[in-house]
Amino acid sequence: MSSGTSQIPAARPRRSGSYLYYRHALPVRLMHWINVVALTILLLSGLNIFSAHPALYWGKSSYTGRGPVFQIGAREDDGGNAVGVTHIFGRDFVTTGFLGASTTSDGEVIERTFPAWLTIPDSRWLAMARRWHFFFAWVFVINGLCYVAYSIGSRHLARDLAPDRTDWRSIGRSIVDHLRLKHPVGEAAKRYNVLQKLTYLTVIFLLLPLTILMGMAMSPWLDGLLPGWVDLVGGRQSARTLHFIAAWLIVAFVLIHVVEAIIAGFWNELRSMISGRYRVETEAIDETAR
Amino acid sequence: MKLRARSSRRRFLARGVGAAGAAMLSGCDALSHTEWFPKVLAAGETLNRSAHHLIGRRAMAQEFSTADLSPDFRSNGTSMPNNPAYQALAAASFADYRLEVGGLVQRPARFSLAELRALPSRTQITRHDCVEGWSAIAKWKGARLAALLDSVGVKPEARYVVLHCADPMEEDGTGLYYESIDMDDAMHVQTLLAYELNDRALPIKNGAPIRLRVERQLGYKHAKYVLRLELVESFSRIAGGMGGYWEDQGYEWYAGI
Repeated sequence: MSSGTSQIPAARPRRSGSYLYYRHALPVRLMHWINVVALTILLLSGLNIFSAHPALYWGKSSYTGRGPVFQIGAREDDGGNAVGVTHIFGRDFVTTGFLGASTTSDGEVIERTFPAWLTIPDSRWLAMARRWHFFFAWVFVINGLCYVAYSIGSRHLARDLAPDRTDWRSIGRSIVDHLRLKHPVGEAAKRYNVLQKLTYLTVIFLLLPLTILMGMAMSPWLDGLLPGWVDLVGGRQSARTLHFIAAWLIVAFVLIHVVEAIIAGFWNELRSMISGRYRVETEAIDETAR
Repeated sequence: MKLRARSSRRRFLARGVGAAGAAMLSGCDALSHTEWFPKVLAAGETLNRSAHHLIGRRAMAQEFSTADLSPDFRSNGTSMPNNPAYQALAAASFADYRLEVGGLVQRPARFSLAELRALPSRTQITRHDCVEGWSAIAKWKGARLAALLDSVGVKPEARYVVLHCADPMEEDGTGLYYESIDMDDAMHVQTLLAYELNDRALPIKNGAPIRLRVERQLGYKHAKYVLRLELVESFSRIAGGMGGYWEDQGYEWYAGI
């Protein structure tokens, strides 16, 4: 976070008040927002692609003698109305309105895997959804590679993201603080806390690469690159399932990330991700001194 | 007072995010319907193709064991061509079937099923990946396309093999299915004109009497009910000009992803 590390020296009263601290360097901010756009489009176009065959399997193929582990479908009730049904591990749940069947803008309930507002394009259009998906997959991958290169080169990774000894010692307290929705303020807010560091590292170096790799595992051409590599995760259909799960884990991360930002002071956090400048309240030092 | 200000600010923010999201989505939909934007997006697929080709054109598709076979190889798309000429061939168990090979070849020829069976063959258990997302594993036996092409002599200017099929994609019997592959794929060891599926004659629902197997590409490239091969320098004058029935509907010609 403190890749710039330049404070604004003009205002730094000793006892109370606040000053702006340059917390996020321009490349990090830029790549963050490119990621927001790319991941949003990847998710929504991905849901459209999934709608072409809304079922997930475990194994090398979809037809192994075992049924799907997850499926979104629809049936008709006695009145001929569409009923959305979501099947998870052998159990069916009625999910009309969201999954399987949803309401169109005309108020009609139709069979649809996901509601129109959750897919790009809004209609079921596999060819176009694939175009969106693969274009932004490249944006996402190139942006991610630039981020990793920058983070290593600028020491953003070593300085801001890698937990140090103090971090490891504070892990218990950090968990308690998070559960109490208590966030570092003052000087402590200038750096990432340990749970934040571990979460970012996990997402950047495990979750996102896993999602990309499982996406690549679905490519019949890339499967031939090193025949059999896809079996390391159970086969192509397992990879497809993992790609889907990983995508929702990213969504879960984003939700937590945004909620944490709201709790920690939304405008201040948002400004620091736009202009780089974060307002540090100096009077709070004593309360949260490390 | 402060609290109220904050909650109205939050509401404003929530609405703002909602409105921005809706604007983005309708923007994406509007862009999808323009002439130019999908072409920009297609850059992603062009990159896929170049990146994959960098990796190697001769790599083999994964092959499986009999334990991996899918209980039934599902039929997708056409399961019985709505074409009287085809149905007459099928009624006579394809005894009168001839695969025509023409275009940029030294010796245009017609192959009966017996002649195709006499060509060097290959048997392989491979995974069929549909663009929709499902996969099925089956055992295929067929004539190696490379052997057939060698027997007719491909002219040096030929760049693609176009496969003309018997199945009409429109209800009125028009829009015959077709596909095209490049010479690298055509000459690949695993590229077959398949006549057997799981040790039996290829069923009609799966493309009898001959379908293409072009492993490492998605299902729509694996043309069923193949009647004629045409070697061409360019496919831009055939049907919609994009190299295949689904390609003409906006799907990518390169289906390795």
